[in-house]
Amino acid sequence: MNTSADRILTVEGVTKSFGEKTVIRDISIRLDRGELVCLLGQSGAGKTTLFNVISGLYEPDAGRVLLNGEDVTGRPGKISYMLQKDLLLPYRTVLDNAALPLIVRGMKKSEARERAGAEFHKFGLDGYEKKYPSQLSGGMRQRAALLRTYLSASGVALLDEPFSALDTLTKSAMHKWYLGVMREIELSTLFITHDIDEAILLSDRIYIMSGKPGEITDEIVIDVPKPRPADFNLTEEFLRYKRTLVSML
Amino acid sequence: MTAKYRNITNKLSPVVALALLVGVWAAVCGFGAIPASMLPSPLAVGRAFVSEFPVLLRHLKATLTESLAGLALGVALSFVFASLMDRFRALYRAGYPLLVISQTIPTIAIAPLLVLWMGYGVQPKIALVVLTTFFPITVALLDGYKSVDPDEISLLRSMGAGELQVFRYIKLPASLNSFFSGLKISASYAVVGAVIAEWLGGFDGLGVYMTKVKKAYAFDKMFAVIILIVLVSLALMLAVTALRKILTPWERKV
Repeated sequence: MNTSADRILTVEGVTKSFGEKTVIRDISIRLDRGELVCLLGQSGAGKTTLFNVISGLYEPDAGRVLLNGEDVTGRPGKISYMLQKDLLLPYRTVLDNAALPLIVRGMKKSEARERAGAEFHKFGLDGYEKKYPSQLSGGMRQRAALLRTYLSASGVALLDEPFSALDTLTKSAMHKWYLGVMREIELSTLFITHDIDEAILLSDRIYIMSGKPGEITDEIVIDVPKPRPADFNLTEEFLRYKRTLVSML
Repeated sequence: MTAKYRNITNKLSPVVALALLVGVWAAVCGFGAIPASMLPSPLAVGRAFVSEFPVLLRHLKATLTESLAGLALGVALSFVFASLMDRFRALYRAGYPLLVISQTIPTIAIAPLLVLWMGYGVQPKIALVVLTTFFPITVALLDGYKSVDPDEISLLRSMGAGELQVFRYIKLPASLNSFFSGLKISASYAVVGAVIAEWLGGFDGLGVYMTKVKKAYAFDKMFAVIILIVLVSLALMLAVTALRKILTPWERKV
């Protein structure tokens, strides 16, 4: 099933050091079209550093990043990246925040607004166009940030702990919503979490990242077809995955 | 005490304090505690203000022109310097101490030099206003640029933004708040700076008027022009506040 045509992102043997300290070593991962893959690991394992390399913000010491077969190592602007905080710019309306990646890429302001505005419904943000981020709840801000990420580029999104700041109830609502919207907009996602439940619930595959320097130590496939039943997190199967993952960490 | 009542009291208290002050002043003059030739009564000052108004207005025009021109030039220069200093760290390290030192030189001390160099025209007045307004705005802008969350810059760079786009979409709007705080201070400095420069000679301006009425010991006119300077400074500060409201709409909507 995983033919090379399905492969959207490949990370090959990436190593990154800061001075003497090697933060990640020889990381190779892949992401197929429409997949949701999770990087699970304790904080300090270099997950965010890896994302900074994949997004092109950092130049790796070794290895490369391929997007649809094209080498994008050290070239920002190709892969959309949502950093840990939602980082909606306080001085722009929600609409202008969402349109920002388009404007940065050189689209005319009016055109970018129109293009971004057309997506508000899909992201459940109707009526919030003219609001400022400070007027939004945590969940809404996250949706707006995801919309902006989606408009950023190329069908691949890197999400760095996108739901970690939300309370439990909002979080599980956002999980459901994200799985739905992702199918609709055909977004392939690589995301970071340290929450095991969240990883099992959302992922098609999970990479375990650990050690210092951080390395990929394991990979497991969550072989439960999507959409998954609402009570999936209460099933025996879910617990089995959880036990496996806990033992891996 | 209800919030509304407290609000009214808060707004009323400075008015009451001012009225009290004027009342004491009137009483002191009324009882002849200080001779009218030394301290004119508020009423006499009011009369002078009205009778001299056309003359004051002419001088005000000159002062205001110098203040605004100097302020505009000061803002433009601060903008260029602060942006360059933010962009090049070496320039920041070299320039910042000089900026601070330049501010310890009293305005009144450099004003005569400027007059000697530039003559009695408007140039030394504008130059002095530039010198006094430049520092607060530059420092405010530098602080504003530095207040930016580095993650916001990473985010923009991950979108493929260049240096100029980061400046335009993040640094500039983020610095506006701090910029306006600096501008508010500078706006009041601007008028005072122009007046001080005019003291040292010239043809028009509130400072020129002040030296003339001083020589005539016309205390009532002295007070009238001081009040006018206060009013104009206040008006400029209010204008800055209004401009800030228009240009930073996100601050209002919470």
